[in-house]
Amino acid sequence: MRREFKLPDVGEGLTEAEIVRWLVKPGDQVKVKQNVVEIETAKSIVELPIPWDGVVAALMADEGQTVDVGLPIIAVDTAEPGEPAGGGAAGTAAGAAPGEAIKALADDMVPRPPAEGAVEPGAHGSPAPKEERQAVLVGYGVKTGATKRRPRKAPAPPAAAPAAPAIPAAPVANPSRVEVTAHPVPARVAVLAKPPVRKLAKDLGVDLAAVTGTGPEGSITREDVRAAAETVAQPEARPARVAAPVGAEERVPVKGVRRMTAQAMVGSAFTAPHVTEFLQVDVTETMNAVARLRAMPDFADVKVSPLLLVARAVVTAARRHPMINSSWDEEAQEIVVKHYVNLGIAAATPRGLVVPNVKNAHELSLPELARSLGELAETARAGRTQPAEMAGGTITITNVGVFGVDAGTPILNPGEAAILAFGQVRDMPWVVGGELAVRKVTTLALSFDHRIVDGELGSLFLRDVGAMLEDPLRMLAWS
Amino acid sequence: MTAEASRGAEAPPELVQLLTPEGERVEHPDYDIDLTPEEVRSLYRDLVLVRSIDLEAVALQRQGELGIWASLLGQEAAQIGSGRALTDADMAFPTYREHGVAWCRDVDPVKLLGLFRGVNHGGWDPKEHNFHLYTIVIGSQTLHAVGYAMGIQRDDAAAATLVYFGDGATSQGDVNESFIWASVFNAPIVFFCQNNQWAISEPLEKQTRIPLYRRASGFGFPGVRVDGNDVFACLAVTRKALEAARTGQGPTLIEAFTYRMGAHTTTDDPTRYRVASELEAWKLKDPIERVKAYLFKNELADQAFFDALDAEADQLGADLRRRCLAMPDPQPLDIFDHVYREPHSLIDEERAQFAAYLEGFEK
Repeated sequence: MRREFKLPDVGEGLTEAEIVRWLVKPGDQVKVKQNVVEIETAKSIVELPIPWDGVVAALMADEGQTVDVGLPIIAVDTAEPGEPAGGGAAGTAAGAAPGEAIKALADDMVPRPPAEGAVEPGAHGSPAPKEERQAVLVGYGVKTGATKRRPRKAPAPPAAAPAAPAIPAAPVANPSRVEVTAHPVPARVAVLAKPPVRKLAKDLGVDLAAVTGTGPEGSITREDVRAAAETVAQPEARPARVAAPVGAEERVPVKGVRRMTAQAMVGSAFTAPHVTEFLQVDVTETMNAVARLRAMPDFADVKVSPLLLVARAVVTAARRHPMINSSWDEEAQEIVVKHYVNLGIAAATPRGLVVPNVKNAHELSLPELARSLGELAETARAGRTQPAEMAGGTITITNVGVFGVDAGTPILNPGEAAILAFGQVRDMPWVVGGELAVRKVTTLALSFDHRIVDGELGSLFLRDVGAMLEDPLRMLAWS
Repeated sequence: MTAEASRGAEAPPELVQLLTPEGERVEHPDYDIDLTPEEVRSLYRDLVLVRSIDLEAVALQRQGELGIWASLLGQEAAQIGSGRALTDADMAFPTYREHGVAWCRDVDPVKLLGLFRGVNHGGWDPKEHNFHLYTIVIGSQTLHAVGYAMGIQRDDAAAATLVYFGDGATSQGDVNESFIWASVFNAPIVFFCQNNQWAISEPLEKQTRIPLYRRASGFGFPGVRVDGNDVFACLAVTRKALEAARTGQGPTLIEAFTYRMGAHTTTDDPTRYRVASELEAWKLKDPIERVKAYLFKNELADQAFFDALDAEADQLGADLRRRCLAMPDPQPLDIFDHVYREPHSLIDEERAQFAAYLEGFEK
């Protein structure tokens, strides 16, 4: 017989959830407790297990759709067609299916119109589940219908059931779903991969069946999965979903750089406790120095920008305070202090944020550093930055000033201990020698991994960078 | 040495382990255990069945049949090991996650579900099982347990009390007060802290600056850290501590170093605050897999044993599901039943009023 699984309240008093992903499709065989759908509530993302054995008859809500608790989301034809499942004696709770048992109990408590008891097979979506107590078993569970229990009041007619069901008809012919299952099907070969690798694959959205293993006995390794994730960096675009209110919103598939950025940001923000410090600096002398450098023949064919001197200042300060140029090794419970500087520069590109780095920036002369920065920016703008160019960074600068803002609280590039945001340079009233003057002023913001860098070290580093930009001669003194 | 100089200079924490994650038996100078193959299989069976019960309950919650559930996933060995160390005369005080201990105390698993299904306020008779009702309030059961232990002491009974709590509870005043009472009165009690590393979303390093077991020495009784995913070690360490309690040697703090592999409860989403790699690392220390490996390596069980056990676990889960759904809703008047032990005139009056009110509705 056909049973409908209603969206339960999985989090103590929730009223709705979004269908994130269906794990089954119509026609699939399902077993009791098999997870069939992933939903997101206000509290969490969870998978829901189906309470019956059977065959999926219909999915009654689309991915991305928000469904009220208590509405049916999936219909399953259970094993015994036409007869009550379980084969237990009729009328006893023993063999009754879960939903039925609850309903039976609920029936004792809530009077209902006689017609509503039996649900027509296949008629999902049509009977609006008014008047029914939802299968929420904590005290403040919701009852959708009004409880008319006073003897004198005649039971009110059920609130006019809306003609249009809130849920679209079963999307049997949904092209996206058909397509997704269409290609990775060929002969299910057993995939060899350790559980952590499987987890990694799941996280990166890699289908293990499509990966060739290079490990022992053809097993798939972490590296295989990562490599596969790289090549599928652009997953197939998901066909448009059910249209939202015309033109009011737009759904942009999360893929490629955006997806990597999101993962890196979340990973970084949740792994390293961030602290951000700010410093306003009079950079008039730096701007003068930039102008003078531009005039020098050595810099004739490279771009000289304030960023160049900020970069040099960061490299110099990192050499003075090596601990800022380090990373946290969770596995080994060690801090890895780098005695070289691979200077990352966050770059906005048409594909999104990338952070390539200048390798061994501490060994470069100023013209060489200028050339490297120029090439790196050009490559990034053209969208040609290679993974190797983004790997192995030790500290990063993000030049938010180019967008005309003063400061931000940057998130660490994963695996690094510090990142400096360089704000815009603008004319500001500034006190110089006791007199008010108009000076070129910028704001520096330094975020650091508080596991490694204490406030003192962070402040020293930031102060040094500021001091060098205030008086570029200090770069010479400290180099 | 100045106080400053000694900061952080403690020796690294010691962990009692008798069975490695790879299933290798190792020796420990202070703790040993001699188990027959039958006993090992029986421990393994308990671990597997308790996990099955737990998974079934999680599924029931996800289907809207339970309001909430606190999963013990990953903590089976800590619970079965310590639970099996109890004698019938001993008394145990659980939190709300000790489904494995309940199993060891012969509490029918379906009775655990009643509270979470909202059909009763407890579900079992604590005296019948010497297993107190679940305590939801964090840490308060430690005071009840110390009081109970002091009662045992005054009765001069040959029994001990075992009280469970988590790492987060160690920050509670109740728990620290209970340590003081237990210590000063030399109460026959064992404090069993399942340090599963997370107090909901709060990591251990925000609860303590020293390994938890070392706190005991400040209160004046011994503390020991045991591999909470090693059922042999948990059994051996708890046995010894309970025996010490029974023989007048006072309290012990056991820190079972383990990991909550699931969410705090079904209402929680751990992916929001902990990194996946941490879970992956702990999966390799799974409490069940290592016993299975041990059984295999030493040829103490054959495939038929494992298959039969899997089938038994499935059956147990299916039964639990069926019986959970068949639990009757409580009657409205039941709420008056256990307010006082003896009949009480005010309660009788209120019951009559409420009954009359209920009569006022149409059938």
